[in-house]
Amino acid sequence: MQANPQLNRNGELQHLLSLDGLPREIVLQILDTAESFASVTEREVKKVPLLRGKSVFNLFFEPSTRTRTTFEIAAKRLSADVINLNVSTSSQSKGESLLDTVANLSAMQADLFVVRHASSGAPFLIARHVKPHEHVVNAGDGRHAHPTQGLLDLFTIRHYKKDFSGLTVAIVGDILHSRVARSLIHGLRTLGVPEIRVIGPQTLQPPGVETLGVRVFSDMRAGLAQADVIVMLRLQNERMGGALLPSAQEFNKYYGLTAEKLALARPDAIVMHPGPMNRGVEIDSSVADGAQSVILPQVTFGIAVRMAVMSIIAGN
Amino acid sequence: MSALLPDAEALIRELCDRIRPDLGPRSALVGIHTGGAWLAERLHRELGLATPLGILDVAFYRDDYARQGLARDPKRSDIPFAVEEQDIILVDDVLYTGRTVRAAINELFDYGRAARIALAVLADRGGRELPVSPTYCGARIPVPEGKRLRLVRGTEGRLALELHDAG
Amino acid sequence: MRLRISNCRIVDPASGRDAPGAVLIENGRIAALDAEAADARADETLNGGGRVLAPGLIDLSARLREPGYEYKATLESEMDAAVAGGVTSLACPPDTDPPLDEPGLVDMLRRRAKALERARLYPVGALTVKLQGESLTEMAELAEAGCVAFSQANVAIRDLQVLWRALQYAATFGFPVWLRAEDPWLARGGVAHDGAIATRLGLAGIPSSAETIALASLLQLTRETGARLHLCRISTAGAVAQVRAAKAEGLAITCDVSANQIHLSDANIGYFDSQCRLEPPLRAGSDRDALSLALAEGVIDCLCSDHTPVDADGKQMPFAESEPGATGLELLLPLALRWGRERGLDLARTLARITSEPAKILGVESGRIAPGAPADLVLFDPDEQVVISAERLKSQGKNTPFLGEELAGRVHATLVAGRIVYRT
Repeated sequence: MQANPQLNRNGELQHLLSLDGLPREIVLQILDTAESFASVTEREVKKVPLLRGKSVFNLFFEPSTRTRTTFEIAAKRLSADVINLNVSTSSQSKGESLLDTVANLSAMQADLFVVRHASSGAPFLIARHVKPHEHVVNAGDGRHAHPTQGLLDLFTIRHYKKDFSGLTVAIVGDILHSRVARSLIHGLRTLGVPEIRVIGPQTLQPPGVETLGVRVFSDMRAGLAQADVIVMLRLQNERMGGALLPSAQEFNKYYGLTAEKLALARPDAIVMHPGPMNRGVEIDSSVADGAQSVILPQVTFGIAVRMAVMSIIAGN
Repeated sequence: MSALLPDAEALIRELCDRIRPDLGPRSALVGIHTGGAWLAERLHRELGLATPLGILDVAFYRDDYARQGLARDPKRSDIPFAVEEQDIILVDDVLYTGRTVRAAINELFDYGRAARIALAVLADRGGRELPVSPTYCGARIPVPEGKRLRLVRGTEGRLALELHDAG
Repeated sequence: MRLRISNCRIVDPASGRDAPGAVLIENGRIAALDAEAADARADETLNGGGRVLAPGLIDLSARLREPGYEYKATLESEMDAAVAGGVTSLACPPDTDPPLDEPGLVDMLRRRAKALERARLYPVGALTVKLQGESLTEMAELAEAGCVAFSQANVAIRDLQVLWRALQYAATFGFPVWLRAEDPWLARGGVAHDGAIATRLGLAGIPSSAETIALASLLQLTRETGARLHLCRISTAGAVAQVRAAKAEGLAITCDVSANQIHLSDANIGYFDSQCRLEPPLRAGSDRDALSLALAEGVIDCLCSDHTPVDADGKQMPFAESEPGATGLELLLPLALRWGRERGLDLARTLARITSEPAKILGVESGRIAPGAPADLVLFDPDEQVVISAERLKSQGKNTPFLGEELAGRVHATLVAGRIVYRT
């Protein structure tokens, strides 16, 4: 088995590729550092000079305005130069290989690549081929991982719940295709959450998901009972009809979060969603906009978390 | 070695006496994490300032990031007042190269444009690498390179100076 | 020209023999053994140096990439690899470009291979035109051109009626049909075994049922048509159980497994190692163990390399997008030896899976050491360590999950029809 490709020889974070196998101290270091950046984002000048003169390349092989924007804001608040590349519409269509694209950008003196790719593992391939001073942050690869989203979810949970040791976290919806769910599950396990539940129909549960350390529920009401944290996953449009699910309506009825189902969780439970939401499908507006929703704070925290990740990595 | 160092508590009293005449209605104290923050806390209490105390952790402004990376556990900077047009007294325990003060001034400017910034330190150990000099200084304590002079906080909040081998 | 190979340990899996001796070769065939061979007059003598002399390896699946994929490998490079690996006969599947569905292509391929004077080539013809699973190829014509069997390589026939008719037609002439069992719908989009590893890595899975369901259909149609079925590259414990039951019931089928499959599992994918992107996918550790055991018991008849040269561009890709396949001709012997040691088998029983057993399936006289048999031989040291490296591999395909590993078993000489075609 290869060594953990995320860590350098001193055991420090060289790339952020996945929360799977990331040591607890590093997860905590990122969350603690993000706390400090959170105060920066509340100031008049929301910018620190840490990455002055460094170039961050946002390499998005799969379009995602939202994630790209949060990385862009984070990098700019660290004073880095940000170059956005929507590769899905440029070189890849000309037949240039992934590694050629990266080698070309590397020749333009890149320091940090933020990579989003439709294929699981693509950032690992890039990380294996970049120069020693270059760093890779996975901004979502296929179904595999979305570590910065996982970290901002952990940050949000810690912000509202303080301690992980007694929590019950329920993750609801399309687990099968969700990199958000995978990253969050690994992070929650690393920080010692005793009860992680995944809730969804069998068509949206990956095989052997219990080996990740979760309890599997097909009945949402049972799964939400006494939950402290509810994470609703986005249901992609293309999955709403076909062999996985009969319809968005039926999904909403059995797996959508309504005020009535939310009442089954603890009264102080928080509701999270990685966005963008499908209102009326996986989550009702009354819940999304309700008092227990922390969906917008998640977005704010996301910037501080990404600042923390980039500043820790680029300094190692 | 510690026996040869001046008593920090006595120095604090002297420092207070020097600062007090200059205080005005817009005066505010900002301590630099960690030793400077302890000292600023004491000065703030002794001087009875109305403006709440500010704390800076200059981790995000340090000039050795490229060499050392980010500090392991940066603390939240917290300036609980509007910096604009204030008379700020920046407080640190030991003044050495001047780089920390440079970083702190830069960070302060990101909160707003202060009317004046003064610098108060408990000890000036020499060895400056930047043109920085203290407005208020408790004592000059020359310390050879390779040694580290720092403030420690004991039980009941007593502050004392300590000399170590840098490591 | 009479060639004597003296001072060697002759291992003949067909007879179970494992004893020191000598071999005399004349006119491309084995003329005499032991004392008779030692005493006879010879034009030339090759001193075996005490090494193992065994029948040359027979590999039931080696892609040579010609015609159509010469940038990945050529007949010449892969025939060099074959003899360097001690392989003296190989069957090549029909998934070339164009596929081997016309007698002219088969004829040309055989002529080119023959001209190279290395290993013997046995083309496997396409069962359906362009492997599209719609219309039958001219099997009889193809057989006359030299096809020894008919296959779909890794392309499934989606329409079971076509499969049924193809088996009937092949059975009419008694042609063997070599097929992989994989339901294309269940396997659709999948790139790894559908289990905990694929779940963790977020890779789309191919369930074991893709193999077992297709296999059930195949076995039932074989019962009904009387086709001569050889199952290629089974990968699951479930398939092993089905083959075991079918053989017990008296169905005359045979079966092979890839050398990768008996040593590796999906856990070897590690951090998306595209070297482990294979077809069929690497399965669970329990599947690997069942395959290894079944090969020892003879439920699986033989071991093949499933040699598939892939160039660097094909592998330097994200796992799912990378091209499946691994080079194997030069690894077949060491991987068979490793398997034999792991299972505690003697050398003769180990080598049977890559010599005498595949010879039966191919219907050839080679695969044994006896007077009259073709002098297709390999001289090797079973204990000498070889590091698998891109520089060492003769194959143009430099990719294999075993890259960088040290494996025991080094070939020192290979003879085809009595001619030395490889020598260290």
